[in-house]
Amino acid sequence: MTHNIQLNSEGKLKHFLTIEGLDKALLTGILDTAASFVNPSDGQIKKVPLLRGKTIVNLFFENSTRTRTTFELAAKRLSADVLNMNIATSATSKGESLLDTIRNLEAMFVDMFVVRHAMSGAAHFIAQQTAPHISVINAGDGQHAHPTQAMLDMFTIRQHKADFSKLRVAIIGDILHSRVARSEIHALNTLGAAEVRVIAPKTLLPAKVETLGVTVSHNLTEGLQDIDVIMMLRLQKERMTSALLPGESEYFKCFGLTEEKLKIAKPDAIVMHPGPINRGVEIDSKVADGKQSVILQQVSNGIAVRMAIMAMAMQHNGASA
Amino acid sequence: MSNIHIQNGRLIDPANKIDSIGDLYIVDGNIAAIFDPPDGFQADMVIDATSKVVCAGFIDLSTRLRDMGHSRKGTFKSETRAAASAGVTSMCLQPDTRPAMDTASIAEYIKDLAEKANYPQIYPIAALTQKLEGSELSSMLSLKQAGCIAVSNALLPVKNLLILRRAMEYAASHDLLFICRPNDFSLSNKGCAHEGAVATRYGLPSIPEAAETIALAECLELAELTGCRVHFGQLSCKRSVIKIHQAKKYGLDVSADVAIHQLHLTENDITPFDSAYHVLPPFRTEADKKYLCQGLANGTINSLCSDHQPHDLDAKLAAFPETESGISALETLLPLMLKLVAQGAISLDQGIAALTHQPAQILRLPSGALTVGFSADVCIFDPELEWQINSDTWQSRGINTPYWGHTMKGRVTHTLQAGKVIFSL
Repeated sequence: MTHNIQLNSEGKLKHFLTIEGLDKALLTGILDTAASFVNPSDGQIKKVPLLRGKTIVNLFFENSTRTRTTFELAAKRLSADVLNMNIATSATSKGESLLDTIRNLEAMFVDMFVVRHAMSGAAHFIAQQTAPHISVINAGDGQHAHPTQAMLDMFTIRQHKADFSKLRVAIIGDILHSRVARSEIHALNTLGAAEVRVIAPKTLLPAKVETLGVTVSHNLTEGLQDIDVIMMLRLQKERMTSALLPGESEYFKCFGLTEEKLKIAKPDAIVMHPGPINRGVEIDSKVADGKQSVILQQVSNGIAVRMAIMAMAMQHNGASA
Repeated sequence: MSNIHIQNGRLIDPANKIDSIGDLYIVDGNIAAIFDPPDGFQADMVIDATSKVVCAGFIDLSTRLRDMGHSRKGTFKSETRAAASAGVTSMCLQPDTRPAMDTASIAEYIKDLAEKANYPQIYPIAALTQKLEGSELSSMLSLKQAGCIAVSNALLPVKNLLILRRAMEYAASHDLLFICRPNDFSLSNKGCAHEGAVATRYGLPSIPEAAETIALAECLELAELTGCRVHFGQLSCKRSVIKIHQAKKYGLDVSADVAIHQLHLTENDITPFDSAYHVLPPFRTEADKKYLCQGLANGTINSLCSDHQPHDLDAKLAAFPETESGISALETLLPLMLKLVAQGAISLDQGIAALTHQPAQILRLPSGALTVGFSADVCIFDPELEWQINSDTWQSRGINTPYWGHTMKGRVTHTLQAGKVIFSL
């Protein structure tokens, strides 16, 4: 079970498809590189000429605002040319296959694909099929992985908590359908977190979830004990209509993060959410906007972290090394 | 018709409890004698089978030849040639052809195509319901008269148990075997991988064992209620084997098979997102695989099949859940059976029985053995011959096998159907 399709012959990052299979040094390297892009005095992100003359295609087969925008900003800060393709309304609706879409874009001399797709494995597939000089960054594939989200979350955690080995992290909500959760779990375990705990009803947990290296709780009140970092997940509305949950109000009652529930965690716990948030469904507005919330910092950090990943992958993809 | 003398081979015939070195004599397309020549025998052709195994031709209970609406995946010519090169002399064709095998004219058309291809014997399986839609019965008697050997709804569900009951009753009235691929559609829920640690890690929509065992349990109950003879195809998990074992012990007239690749691969073998491993039912756990092997060894599972499903390249070129399921499996049938023997999971005698005598019994065919008077359907293979799977050795149009590029041990050297050499290496 190798993932070395992500690495070049020297073990350097070539594609960024999943956290699984990447080591601690590489993840730490991404975080350090991201930090180097942030001006320490004002937190602004410098524009650098690292990818001048390179063409990056944002290939989004699924709608996204925040992820696509931060990828676009990151590419521009790296001085690359960016092409945004919203495929949901483009060629594939005319019957073009994924592979044909990729081949056509390759013919336009692009250097990197940033891919979001509704099917697990889509980014792997593109990385396997695309020309060797092209890097592929996974911006979310089905229920499999969203590794840049996990890295920007690790970056955010590191801004608040110095030592991963002391951290107990709770991930709360729809783990079953969440690519974010899977990537967070791999990242936290690789960086050595003391405990990763998932909290959800059984209907929202995948089979044998403990094999991912997590402890499991079905009760938010119990599950929040001793927690340093709370990661809330977005609950899709359609989960209510597919008999996974009885309704929003019962979900909020059991698993919604309120000020009272937050008090169960450690007093200095931080609250995270990959967005977009459903106020009153998985999180109370007072918590989302409260002083322990780092949700908007996550968004800001997305730019520097995605810059680091794109720069590293492009640097090591062979053609421009 | 020519007289053929197969010399000095290791004759293995589980049905007649034969396993010894000797000769086989074919006259007028039938097996005329073994060991000693029939009176006045004059050979037109001699095949030297020294250090080779001579057994009955293989009978494959589940194949798809595509063609018609699917000829980019495979044609009668390409797939029957693949079958012949794999030692298969009789093959059952699943009814999910395009259009579905639900009228006599389609069955006759297919029999006609098969005769023109001039290769292994094709036994179409009739659709249990019209268009396989699970709502109205097909004309089973007409289909039987047109040459169909059994009825099945292939991979499609009969969701309404009342309709399934009536279909089974009607099949039983015409003494038709019902072949059931147990799968509860609501539980399998468009999944593409075994519900377990691997699917969880890769975020793949998953199928629990219960999707198979619940459908199987329902069908067992209906088998008792209706008296219909049922064969369960392509089992994938331990609890299915337990249920079949109990049903047989209880006295139900049921049988079962397993696709050969299920005895070799598990969820852990799935290379991340390699669509060659996308198969239904999905590869399950090591424990399931072991139990299926034991079930074959102790006779709970009667037979092995290829579950051959050739695909064009495009069908497998997409993100894993969007690819089509199935493996092009005819040509790995023998080497993978021999691998089980080498691993000690089954004896060679059991392996050959599972490919010959057992499926013949299930289909009630007078074949699958080297019995004098039977049609001379014969497979000769070299159990030691190593060969690599590549475009030079592969016959099927579908190259969708997880074994592509692998070296296999054991290869068919001759296949005879009704005394005619339809393949020689």
